[in-house]
Amino acid sequence: MSNDTLRDLSQNQLVRRLGVPRIPVLRRYAPGQPLLDGPALVGAVGAGRYAEQIRALLKDADIADAAGDGTVAAAVLDATGVRTLDDLAAVREFLTPAVRRLAPSGRLLLLGPEPDAGDVEAAAAAQALDGLVRSAAKEVRAGATANLLVVHPDAPPAATDSAVRFFLSARSAYVDGQVVRVGVPVGPAQDPIGMDAPDEVVRPLAGRVAVVTGAARGIGAAIADTLARDGATVVAVDVPAAGESLSRVANRVGGTALQLDITTPDAADRLLAHVRERHGRLDVVVHNAGITRDKLLANMDADRWDAVLAVNLRAQLAINEALLADDLLSDTGRIVCIASTSGIAGNRGQTNYAASKAGVIGMVRALAPRFAERGVTVNAVAPGFIETEMTGKMPLGTREAGRRINSLRQGGLPVDVAETVGWLAEAETGGVTGQVVRVCGQSILGA
Amino acid sequence: MPETRKAAVIGGNRIPFARANGAYARASNLDMLTATLDGLAARFGLAGERIGEVAGGAVLKHSRDRDLTREAVLGSTLSPSTPAYDVQQACGTGLETAVLVANKIALGQIESGVAAGVDTASDAPVALNDDLRRVLMELNGARSLGARLKALRGLRPGQIVPEVPRNAEPRTGLSMGEHAALTALEWHVGREEQDELTVASHRNLAAAYDRGFFDDLVTPYLGLSRDQNLRPDTSVEKLAKLKPVFGKGEGATMTAGNSTPLTDGAAAVLLGSDEWAAQHRLPVLAHLVDAETAAVDFVLGSDGLLTAPLYAVPRLLERNGLTLGDFDFYEIHEAFASTVLATLKAWEDPAFAKERLGLDAPLGAIDRAKLNVAGSSLATGHPFAATGGRIVATLAKLLHEKGSVGGRKSRGLISICAAGGQGVVAILEGN
Repeated sequence: MSNDTLRDLSQNQLVRRLGVPRIPVLRRYAPGQPLLDGPALVGAVGAGRYAEQIRALLKDADIADAAGDGTVAAAVLDATGVRTLDDLAAVREFLTPAVRRLAPSGRLLLLGPEPDAGDVEAAAAAQALDGLVRSAAKEVRAGATANLLVVHPDAPPAATDSAVRFFLSARSAYVDGQVVRVGVPVGPAQDPIGMDAPDEVVRPLAGRVAVVTGAARGIGAAIADTLARDGATVVAVDVPAAGESLSRVANRVGGTALQLDITTPDAADRLLAHVRERHGRLDVVVHNAGITRDKLLANMDADRWDAVLAVNLRAQLAINEALLADDLLSDTGRIVCIASTSGIAGNRGQTNYAASKAGVIGMVRALAPRFAERGVTVNAVAPGFIETEMTGKMPLGTREAGRRINSLRQGGLPVDVAETVGWLAEAETGGVTGQVVRVCGQSILGA
Repeated sequence: MPETRKAAVIGGNRIPFARANGAYARASNLDMLTATLDGLAARFGLAGERIGEVAGGAVLKHSRDRDLTREAVLGSTLSPSTPAYDVQQACGTGLETAVLVANKIALGQIESGVAAGVDTASDAPVALNDDLRRVLMELNGARSLGARLKALRGLRPGQIVPEVPRNAEPRTGLSMGEHAALTALEWHVGREEQDELTVASHRNLAAAYDRGFFDDLVTPYLGLSRDQNLRPDTSVEKLAKLKPVFGKGEGATMTAGNSTPLTDGAAAVLLGSDEWAAQHRLPVLAHLVDAETAAVDFVLGSDGLLTAPLYAVPRLLERNGLTLGDFDFYEIHEAFASTVLATLKAWEDPAFAKERLGLDAPLGAIDRAKLNVAGSSLATGHPFAATGGRIVATLAKLLHEKGSVGGRKSRGLISICAAGGQGVVAILEGN
C-alpha cells in the first residue's frame, strides 16, 4: 500500500466502473532491471546526428528495434535536423502512430536543435518542438512520459547517452514534460576511478564520494540511499539535533554521518576539511537541506524570513564559494541543488521559501559557467508534490489537490527526486549544466 | 611479539545523558548501548566492520543482561564477528574498559577496539525478595509432591517486598553521598566553593555545546539532543537556596545541586593503532599514555570512600616522570563538587603528602582554568559506567584542538573515583 489510497483503489475494476479513472502505478527502477520493458522505435527527421548513437545504446542494452506493429516501450525521435515547418510535419508523421503504440509507463523522447537565431523559420521550428512535447506529455496515458532534449550543435553524439538512458529508464518515472539542454561536456566524460568497475551502467557512481545535506530524512535520505545504491560513498550531513535518524541513514548506506549546522560561519570549512581528511576526494555535492516557515507576506516576520533564507540559500552560497576557492572537487565534480516548483510558480504563504528556492535557481545559472572550466556541472532539481512526511501532514483537501494537478495524476516519491539527482551526479552527465529539472509529473504549477 | 605502542584515541560517541525517569525512562541498558555503538559506527563509517573487540559494562545490571556488550554488538551495525566482553568496576568501569582495550592495542593483540559503558537508574534491576527466591529455588529442586508442598509452606506475605538496588556501600551501609560528606568535612570543603564549581561545570558544558564542540561527540537519542541535567543559567545565588541533602547539621554542605543526580546514558570511545587509523583515514586525536588504578581501605582505615585517586595519581606521575603541574587539562570526575575540591586540597596538603603518600612535598595546586573545561558530571549527569567514555573522548578532542604546547604534545590527566574505595586515573597526550 502506498499512502495514495485513491491510486491503490483505482487499480480495482469495480472502483473504476464507478467512474474513478485509473491512476497509473509508475514503473520504477530496481537494480538489474532492463532499460525498457519492450522494444523501442527510433526515428530521425532531417540530418539528425544522434539516431545512430541511440540505436547503438539500445542495442548495448539489449533493447529490440520495434519492427511491425505491436506496442513499444519507447519512441525516440532525433529531430535535431528540424529546420522547417515541413520537417515539423515529418515529426508529427512519426509521432502520431508511435503514440498509439506506446505501452504503459512508455517513453516519448525527442531530441531537438537549439533555436538558430540566424534562421527565423529554423528557430520557430525548434521552439515548436517545445510546445509539441509538453502537449504530448499531457496526452500520453498510463504513466507514460514525454520529454525533450535540446542538443547543442557541437555536442558529440555520445554526450547525449546519459540523458537518453535516464529519460528512457524507469529512473525518470516522475519527470514529465521537461525540456533539458545537452551541451558539449564540460570535462572528461568518465571518472577514472569508476573505469575499472565491471558494471559501470549499474553502478555509475562507483568510487565517487558524495556529500548530501539534510540527509536525515525524507528526500535527503532517499538521495543518500540512491547515490549509495549507484556506488557512491555518502557523507550524510544534517543538523546535530537530527543526529539519531542521520546515523541510521549513514549506517544503512555504509557511509558516514556528519552532524553539522550548515548555517554556522565555519560550516563550509568544517565540511571540506572533514571530506578531505576522511575521503581525500569529493565528486558530488547535493544541497538538499531546506526548511519551511510559512506565513502570509503580510504577517511575515524577520525571523521566519531569515531562517529560511539562511538554510535554503545562504548556506549553499557559502559552501559553493568554498568549493570554488578549493581544489577538492574532482574534475568530474557535480553540484546538485534542490529547488522547488514553489520557486518557479510561487505558492501562497511561501514568499520566503519561494524566494529562497528561486534564488537557488539564479545561483545555479550563475555558477555553472564559473565551474565549467573545471569540469564541474551545477544543476537544480525542482521537486513538485512529493509524498513525504511533510506532505502527509497536509489537510486532506489540499493534499488531494496537490497530488492530482499533474499529468501523472499522483504525487511523486522521494526516490523520484533522488534518481534525478543521481543522474546529474554521474560523470557521464557532463553535458548538462546550469539547468533546472523539475520532478513534478508535469505539474500545472510553474509549467 | 611486536614492541608496545601507544593506543590512539580516534573519537567517541555518546547519547545525551538523561535524568533518571526522564527522557530515557523506558530505555534499557541494551537499547542505549546499542544506539551508542550505532552512532559511533555512523560517525566513523564502521557499519559492517569487524572491530578487534568491544569492552563495555554497566554498574546496575539486570540478570538478563548477561554479556550485555556482546548483545549490543549483535544488535548494532558493527560486524557480528566483533568480539565483546563486559567489565564491572563501579564508576571506574568506563575508563577501565578504555585502559583494557588500549593495552591490547599497545601489545599488538588487536588493531582497533571500542571501550564503552552504559547505565540506567530508571530501568534498574528490581529483584525478588531473597526469602521468596529461596522458597522458589527449593520448589524448583523438589522431586515429589510432598517436597513441593513442604517448600510452598515457606511462603510468607512479607516476601512480596522486592529487593531494590541501593546506592549504598554494602560494608558501611552509608550512601555514597554520606561518605562524600565525611570527606568534605575532613577537608573543610565549604558550601560556596562547591556551588562555584557546580556553576562552572554547567557554564563550561553549555559553552561547549554552543560552540559545536559536541557535534562530533554526541548523537541525539529519543528526542534529547543535549544533556537533560544541563542548567546553563544556574548561579551561585540559585544554588545557595538549596537545602543540604547529605551530612548533618552545620557541617552539611552537599545539596542536590552540587551533587550529581541519578542519570541514564551511554558512551563509547573508538581506539586503534596509528596504522589502523591511517588505513581507515580516521583522525588520531590523542594517545593513551598510561593508567593506574588504586584502592583504599575506607571500611576500617582512615581513607574516604572516593579518595583512591589521591593515591593513584602520584603513582602514575612518578612512573611517567611528571608533576601535577605538567598538564594542560585536568578531567576530575565530579561525583560531587566536594569530592573534586577535597581531592585538590589533599594534593596541596604537606601533611597528607608526608604521612599518607610518603612524599617530601605535596603534589601542589593546579591551574583551575584547566579543570573540566568542557563541563563534567555535575552538569552532564553521571550514568556510572558511561562517565569514563564521556571523559576520554572529550579530553582527547580538547587535546587535539590544543595541538602542541611549547614544543611538546599537549597533555591531559583523567581522575575518576569509584565506589568500593577504588579510583582509575590515566594520562592522555594530544596528537
